[in-house]
Amino acid sequence: MSQSARNLACADIGRTESKAHAFRRFRMSSLWLLVPALGFLALFFAYPLTAIVLRSFEGADASMTLEHYEAFFSLPIYMRILWQTIEISLMTTVLCVLVGYPLAYVMANSSPMVRNVMLLMVMLPFMTSVLVRTYGWMVILRPTGLLNHVAELAGLPHFDLLYNRSGMLIGLVYTMVPYVVLTLFSVMRGIDGRLVSVAHSLGAGAWSAFWRVYFPLSLPGVAGASLLVFILSSGFYITPRLMGGDRDQLLASIIAYQVDVLLNFEFASAIAVILLVITLICFGIYARLVGLKQLLTSRT
Amino acid sequence: MLVHPNEASGIGSSALAVLEPDERNTMNAAVGNSIVLDNLWKTYGSFVAVGGVSLSIEAGKFCTILGPSGSGKTTVLMMLAGFSDPLRGSIRIDGNDVTRLPPQKRDLGVVFQNYALFPHMTVHDNVAFPLKMRGMNAAEINLKCSRMLDTVELGSLSRRYPRELSGGQQQRVALARALVFEPRVLLMDEPLGALDKRLRASLQVELKALQRRMDVTVVYVTHDQEEALTMADQVVIMNGGQIEQCGTADELYDQPMTEFVAGFMGDTNLIEGVVTGKGGDGVTRVEHPTGRAILAQNGPCAVGDQVSVSLRPECVSLEPCKGRLPEEPNAWNGRITNVVSLGDALRYTIVIGENRPTLQIELEAKISRRGAHGSRFSQGEAVRVHWNAADARALARRKR
Amino acid sequence: MDVNAPVKPNLAVRIVAWGAIAFLMAPIPIIILVSFSSAQYLTFPPPGFSLQWYERFLGSNEWVQSIWVSLQVAVFSAVLTMVLATMAAIPMVRGEFSKKSIVYAVLLAPMIIPVIITAIALYFVFTKVGLNGTVLAITIGHTIVVLPIAFVVLSSTLQGLDPRLEKAAISLGASPFVAFYKITLPLLMPGILSAGLFSFLTSFDELIIPLFLGGPTTQTLAVRIWNSVVMEIEPTISAVSVFLIGMTIVVMVLAGFMKRAFRWTGSGGPQQENSHA
Repeated sequence: MSQSARNLACADIGRTESKAHAFRRFRMSSLWLLVPALGFLALFFAYPLTAIVLRSFEGADASMTLEHYEAFFSLPIYMRILWQTIEISLMTTVLCVLVGYPLAYVMANSSPMVRNVMLLMVMLPFMTSVLVRTYGWMVILRPTGLLNHVAELAGLPHFDLLYNRSGMLIGLVYTMVPYVVLTLFSVMRGIDGRLVSVAHSLGAGAWSAFWRVYFPLSLPGVAGASLLVFILSSGFYITPRLMGGDRDQLLASIIAYQVDVLLNFEFASAIAVILLVITLICFGIYARLVGLKQLLTSRT
Repeated sequence: MLVHPNEASGIGSSALAVLEPDERNTMNAAVGNSIVLDNLWKTYGSFVAVGGVSLSIEAGKFCTILGPSGSGKTTVLMMLAGFSDPLRGSIRIDGNDVTRLPPQKRDLGVVFQNYALFPHMTVHDNVAFPLKMRGMNAAEINLKCSRMLDTVELGSLSRRYPRELSGGQQQRVALARALVFEPRVLLMDEPLGALDKRLRASLQVELKALQRRMDVTVVYVTHDQEEALTMADQVVIMNGGQIEQCGTADELYDQPMTEFVAGFMGDTNLIEGVVTGKGGDGVTRVEHPTGRAILAQNGPCAVGDQVSVSLRPECVSLEPCKGRLPEEPNAWNGRITNVVSLGDALRYTIVIGENRPTLQIELEAKISRRGAHGSRFSQGEAVRVHWNAADARALARRKR
Repeated sequence: MDVNAPVKPNLAVRIVAWGAIAFLMAPIPIIILVSFSSAQYLTFPPPGFSLQWYERFLGSNEWVQSIWVSLQVAVFSAVLTMVLATMAAIPMVRGEFSKKSIVYAVLLAPMIIPVIITAIALYFVFTKVGLNGTVLAITIGHTIVVLPIAFVVLSSTLQGLDPRLEKAAISLGASPFVAFYKITLPLLMPGILSAGLFSFLTSFDELIIPLFLGGPTTQTLAVRIWNSVVMEIEPTISAVSVFLIGMTIVVMVLAGFMKRAFRWTGSGGPQQENSHA
């Protein structure tokens, strides 16, 4: 019988026979194992999130309304904060890439021993509590801190780098650089250095070879890392709150303030939804551009 | 060497001691079971992996299922083992229908392709595992394990871990583990694939000896036809989910029923033609488009069929072409276009009928260097090619 | 192993790179240094060496109580995460069914939502049922945050495990459950423990969830540090910080050991061999 004839014959058999043969599957039908995790997430994640989204539309008399969103978008202070969040996140992203790229580059192109030492020195702060690290920077940057002490000794002017935008940026960049380094590092590991040698042999100088050959190859990593940092900084609470001034606050701080102090739950929910939308849009772009695998390798 | 647990004093664990036939009968040593597969089907969506396979294997025999990848041979083995449920059909072992029995109850030994040794257990614990599953006590387990490991000559390595062993040693552990509980049937899925040629050859011999000694029925899956020739009592060739032919290795080699089998079991020449006569004297006459005639042994074809005549290279004889004798059935004139030395033999490529390039025939002859009486043909030489009708076989032509 | 031959970075780039490393590492030695300061308030440089802040830290009832709360939450959430993540990984890696991508999305979702949103979402829900301020609430919150990564770790470990090992065990007479328990689970242990360690550490360090879901009697270390930092910067915090840094180092070392000890999770299969068996 030819293959196609067999296939046709078999389709018939499948229809009539498969019901009659309810073989006991030796493999435990393992789908039920998903239930606890999914159930847990449904109950304690999906449901609360949905509740927040719904709450953001809740009016004073439990009706559906857009008043909280209107309030947000009409009051200049909130719009300013929104733009500030986006602006600061962008600046953080750019600075992080500028700081992180050379580090990742050197790590990826060093001997295994040097690479491992550098990796360790990136991982240690990365794994340490953000709070602790931020506190450390506060100790360094405060008016009577280490930096100004050294500046005094060296005859440099006084540095005012805490409780203002600069402080917040330093803190954010510091916290996010490891993400950039790790993402770029794993991408750069895959770049074949021989291509640069080939460029040299064809007459390119060091800078040309880098800019025209190596850098374009690393671009997917740069794009991925940038998006990752942007997403993370736009939702960040601890560092901006501690190191920024009162006027420099970001969305996350406002949400916390509305919940903690003002007890304005519906308004807070609306702001949370706005932040969520920004995050999801960025993440959508990220997933399109880079794929989910990158995100996972940089976070683990 | 397997010993019944009730035996009073142990026989010395000499690895090569063979049980006497009458001793074998009084003791409850493992006796191979017969296997009957009846019309097994397995599909994945619309793809037919196994399409109606029926097979009968006698107790204690070594059966090799041979075929290219994708032929369904591993699927059949997995159904036998119980890891794959057939869409329809039945499996009987020793007369019992096991089709619905889960694999852990079938009491079969399975050696997987990559041995699947438990990396977190020592060799001893690996081999002891099936005995533990059967609830034996520690003393018995130790006894059986050490005997089994001695049989496969790994007694000194029982405390090692699989990663510390060579491939050949790992293979033996897998074997020991699969045999220690005295199964009725042993299934093997290309177990020698990752080993080099010499190791493979020596292990093949050992495997066969072990099987005979323990009287287990073996179903052995491979794509290597040489392995089938060395070890099997019964060879089953599968292709495209179906059995092409079944028989002893020699039967399949000398009397293939299809082009596929002829080509799979070794090198062969295939000459196209039409059957013009089928003689009662056991001779079929086939005519090539050029008019040349072939006489072949009677095969599965009728007058008027389009056939390919299978002719093994070692059956082709060459003689210097003294003058230009007229061509006869099974004796043609040609010219050597290539000579290759195979060490023990010479392989000649001969072209016949060069004057009509579109219909020319290319034959390969394999001639032992010893038997050639020193005569060696050179490239470009004109030769006479001939063979016996008994060595040629007319087979249905495969649709291309 | 370096198929991709490295490019040699020039000196200037290397200086920048090491500068970046210094930047990354900077706060940690500073904090350690400050924690041993003998001054009464935060000055730099510290005038003398003293263990006063550690004494204050470990001598204070509130701080010690916070250690206890943090420990409880970290351990409970680690255990819960390990169980849920392991259970979820099995059907996702070994099972066959459609809609796997949707399940993936759900399991990984908490990773992309900013923690503050998750925190206040849970806050609203827990307040309604009166669970707010309990260790249970914080545990649940941390489990949600950590579950995606634990799942990823476990999935990749499980993927590296040859499914034929379980089949071999079954062919040798083990029921599927025994095969899992005796074969798969031990081989999965490194992944489970890694996930557990990671969960523990993350939970111990994490601030935002306990900030919203904790109460006055259930302040984790992180929350107490936060309150101190926001209100006034006193050096006791540095001692606590050193404690947390130490915790990080311990976990990293443990994780390193485990990698070493469990290196043999291959399947004991054949490699190309010479004929000397």
